[in-house]
Amino acid sequence: MRQGVRQGVREGVREEVALYAAVAAGGFRRYATYGTATAAGVFTNTVFGFIVAFTYIALWEQRPGLGGYDQAQALTFVWVSQSLLAAGALIGGGFQEELQERVRTGDIAVDLYRPADLQMWWLAADLGRAAFQLLGRGLVPLAAGALVFRLALPSDPSRWLLFLVSVTLGLVVSFALRYLLGLLAFWLLDGSGINLMATVVSIFFSGMLLPLTVFPGAFGEFVRALPWAAMLQVPLDVLLGEHAGAGDAAGALAFQAGWVLVLLGAGRLLQSAATRKVVVQGG
Amino acid sequence: MVDDALISLDGVEKVFDVRRRVGLMRREKRQVRAVDGISFAVARGEMVGYIGPNGAGKSTTIKMLTGILTPSGGRLRVAGIDPARERVRLAQRIGVVFGQRTTLWWDLPLKDSYGLMRRMYRVPRARFEENLERCVDRLDLAELLDVPVRQLSLGQRMRGDIAAALLHDPDVLYLDEPTIGLDVVSKAKVRGFLRQLNEERGTTVLLTTHDLQDIEQLCERVMVIDHGRLMYDGALGGLHSAGSVGESERTLVVDLERELAPISVPGARVVKVEGPRQWLAFPAGSSAAPLVSAVAAQYPLVDLSVREPDIEDVIARMYAGRG
Repeated sequence: MRQGVRQGVREGVREEVALYAAVAAGGFRRYATYGTATAAGVFTNTVFGFIVAFTYIALWEQRPGLGGYDQAQALTFVWVSQSLLAAGALIGGGFQEELQERVRTGDIAVDLYRPADLQMWWLAADLGRAAFQLLGRGLVPLAAGALVFRLALPSDPSRWLLFLVSVTLGLVVSFALRYLLGLLAFWLLDGSGINLMATVVSIFFSGMLLPLTVFPGAFGEFVRALPWAAMLQVPLDVLLGEHAGAGDAAGALAFQAGWVLVLLGAGRLLQSAATRKVVVQGG
Repeated sequence: MVDDALISLDGVEKVFDVRRRVGLMRREKRQVRAVDGISFAVARGEMVGYIGPNGAGKSTTIKMLTGILTPSGGRLRVAGIDPARERVRLAQRIGVVFGQRTTLWWDLPLKDSYGLMRRMYRVPRARFEENLERCVDRLDLAELLDVPVRQLSLGQRMRGDIAAALLHDPDVLYLDEPTIGLDVVSKAKVRGFLRQLNEERGTTVLLTTHDLQDIEQLCERVMVIDHGRLMYDGALGGLHSAGSVGESERTLVVDLERELAPISVPGARVVKVEGPRQWLAFPAGSSAAPLVSAVAAQYPLVDLSVREPDIEDVIARMYAGRG
């Protein structure tokens, strides 16, 4: 009998996984339908990549080895950042506007009576979106950068594998943070101020403006410990071989996983507070 | 309370705290009784209309019945389940269609949303295929399955949403304004489908609407709610007599070239005059065509429109009849 129960549980888990995999696939296909938007995004990322690349060249000519990177590494930082920017929704464009809109219009009621978990649902949909944008908006800018500049991309496949794991963790951190912002719509009438602020913060603290390794002293330590560092700085350092040893790599991934747990946990708490508010107050 | 009732409410209340800003800093807390002690029971297989003016408490009741709002007081059961406490278990037993919202995935083909429903409600594949085929056939969805939802017309989307709510064989279907904004053909299709669903599968249906014809064509029983209280529960015919008017009426609104005394045409009576515009009431069962030609032949007609009988009219008459 116990075996039967165990089998039932296993079946249940399998069905859960299948549901959220289907949601993720939907998220992927949904963004794939907007071909023009993707092309425009690729164009923007590429142009932006060139602008930042030339700025970095000027900077690293003056200060070689800034932040512990040589010029090729700095340029790799630029182009890989550009290819992760859309996937990580580092300058907005993810799901939180949509979540806020659903709360504002009351459409969230539809989501609440479904037999599915709200956070898992949005996480799956957002990872699907990110997977599309990683391919659709990531590959071309990186290829363009690699054609024009000498980049320090690793040839070791295990390094790339580690990078992918780190990127995935970074995407989940990014999701978890934006989920918190999205849920604020239950209390705020308008989320656009929050979103704007969040974008400015993320541009700087993720390392998109300048690698976080550039900042010295206590401030540098501080910014490298924040969750935004887990979105861009850490995956890039994994790729660039800054966490080459097994111990270092494990530490970097553990740092990201820690933020995943903290932020997803906070999201669950806020979600149950938001649900209680709706359930008791009617939104 | 009836034991075999699928839906039962006993003195159910919902009170909201509304905070209002008074002056610069002070805030005033006020309580709004959206639902104020409602009791009723719906038996398996019934089709009930739940009507009332805007803000009467209809949607609040429906939300409590789905479990997304907890009652402030009273007892509420759907299929033996306390909705607010076991929302996920209840979800398997109910289907919900909010006319003004959609459960479908906006950017993706209609059939993708159905696949998601299958997984979400854990419908065995064979049963899913069977239910989908029936819905596609009867709601005329075959051509639409590959069309992204955002490209569907309102009527098509509504049919798509109704199908989505039925793929897991719910015992109860809640419909909140299912025909709002639909054209005549789409309305007829939706009503025909719902009647068939109720007859063949015994699905219990609770329907809120502003469209009197929805009720006339679908529901033998109607409940009227206003200010959070149940004002009437019984046959539709009884509601009419409560309103002291035999048959519902349609209204022909005519714009004349100039202000005239109330015009006189056979089969209609003028109920309102406002400048060159006049309102003519005529029986809902008869055609507007002879009336229109009679007006056009005798009077300088500029423009016209026909208004269908509205639930609100009936309720207004019901109050008038009482007072």
